[in-house]
Amino acid sequence: MISFENVAYSYGGGELLSDVSLKLAPGSFHFLTGPSGAGKSTFLKLAYAELRPTTGKVTLFDRDVTSLSRDDVARARRRIGIVHQDCKFLDHLSLAANMALPFTVSDRESAPQDMDDLLGWVGLKHLADAMPPQLSGGERQRAALARAVIVDPDVILADEPTGNVDWEMSLRILTLLVELNKMGKTILVATHDLNLIRQAKAQIQARVLRIAKHRVQLAGADL
Amino acid sequence: MRFPKAKPASPATRALQVVPPSGPTAWLSSFTAAAMTFLCVFALALSLASGRLATRWSEALARTATIRLSAPTEQVQLQTDAILAVLQTTPGIASFRALDDNETRALLEPWFGPDLPIEALPIPRLFEVVEGVPPYDSEGLRQRLTAEAPGAVLDDHTRWRRPLAEAAERLRLLGVLSIALIGATMAAMVSLAARAALATNAEVIRVLRLVGAKDSYIARAFVRRFTLRALIGSGIGAVAGMAGVAVLPATDAAGGFLTGLGFSGTGWLWPLALPPLAALVAFAATRRAAFQKLKELT
Repeated sequence: MISFENVAYSYGGGELLSDVSLKLAPGSFHFLTGPSGAGKSTFLKLAYAELRPTTGKVTLFDRDVTSLSRDDVARARRRIGIVHQDCKFLDHLSLAANMALPFTVSDRESAPQDMDDLLGWVGLKHLADAMPPQLSGGERQRAALARAVIVDPDVILADEPTGNVDWEMSLRILTLLVELNKMGKTILVATHDLNLIRQAKAQIQARVLRIAKHRVQLAGADL
Repeated sequence: MRFPKAKPASPATRALQVVPPSGPTAWLSSFTAAAMTFLCVFALALSLASGRLATRWSEALARTATIRLSAPTEQVQLQTDAILAVLQTTPGIASFRALDDNETRALLEPWFGPDLPIEALPIPRLFEVVEGVPPYDSEGLRQRLTAEAPGAVLDDHTRWRRPLAEAAERLRLLGVLSIALIGATMAAMVSLAARAALATNAEVIRVLRLVGAKDSYIARAFVRRFTLRALIGSGIGAVAGMAGVAVLPATDAAGGFLTGLGFSGTGWLWPLALPPLAALVAFAATRRAAFQKLKELT
């Protein structure tokens, strides 16, 4: 799916990530953890080709990211569901229209049935016509998750999906992610919430990647 | 911009919807297009009118020339014969004739009255020469006349025709240049407006890229919008401009240059070409601006 080979990324001055080599195998569930500013978001951005590696090679669906044109990147992103901490909705469109956005931009008709099911799945059926600014943090996160999965992506990348919500809602979002993983999706969740990781490990075979000293390492079972 | 729910929006309409409506400033680009087209209609009228004028002056005056013979009385008949002989043998002359006394009298009547004793006065004799195709070489004719009939003077009107025709030609060039400048200005203004809109919507564009929108899809939303605005604005400007030209005083009354400003016949179709042209300019300008701007965003 997505693989990193000796990848380094540096901003102007210092190196943020270096010598990162790993593979996200199909159907795997990974957590990415580390202190704030360690490079979790950067790692995710490298994974969805928002950023290109300074050195090394990132492969997206068997293609080198540096060889992708802007349209190729757009096509690749239709196979990747991205959930941001701040969700990024279009505030002038209703929740339903926002969720259908990945369909809209690829000039495909969205199936209303899927939409209803999906809204029901994330528990937002009654808010289909609401505008994004009217939603609570938890509702927004669940909506973002629904938008990420509407085109049936192979991979879901979530950046602090539980950053703005309480524990109960975190668990609910985690449950949705676990369900998606059981349906065969590859999942990568960046979070600094260790409790969430422990909770997940009780339910599913999840691996934990930790960013420390600019490197991404596979953490042991010692959480 | 929200559409009624009952009607499922076409992909094109939805492409428009993904960019938030831009409010009252949106109509500034329409206004610009309207004003530019309005000015363009007048520049067009100027070009067409001066073009017509240049042609008219060149053609009408180029066709005929006059030979004036002033000679001592005993020489007149001799030189008249010589002139006629020269004209007879000069290629490129369609027809020629000597004006008789009655015609000469008629020409002088407005100045001297009907009872002018024309025979008693040393009035020059006049010959009218009509140019053929191809035209005669006027310098050659002039030289031959000087040799055969020293009292003859060929006046082919070039002396005052040329500067007038040149002025009209320049004026037309100026009109064309104005049209080009107006077009370029509109392209620049639409580009600026499009860039501003793109910058304002940078966050929207980021979201669209995130969910897998291609550049062409995002650009389309902006391009459609600005093209439509330019088309509508320009349509209004063209109609207003044409109305303005139509109410100018009629040409024939004075026949002067300023009142000659206007369209005639199929010339009225020209201003109608402006709105599609403006839309085309807006389309190209927005597209260029959009792709440039999109390259800056990942």
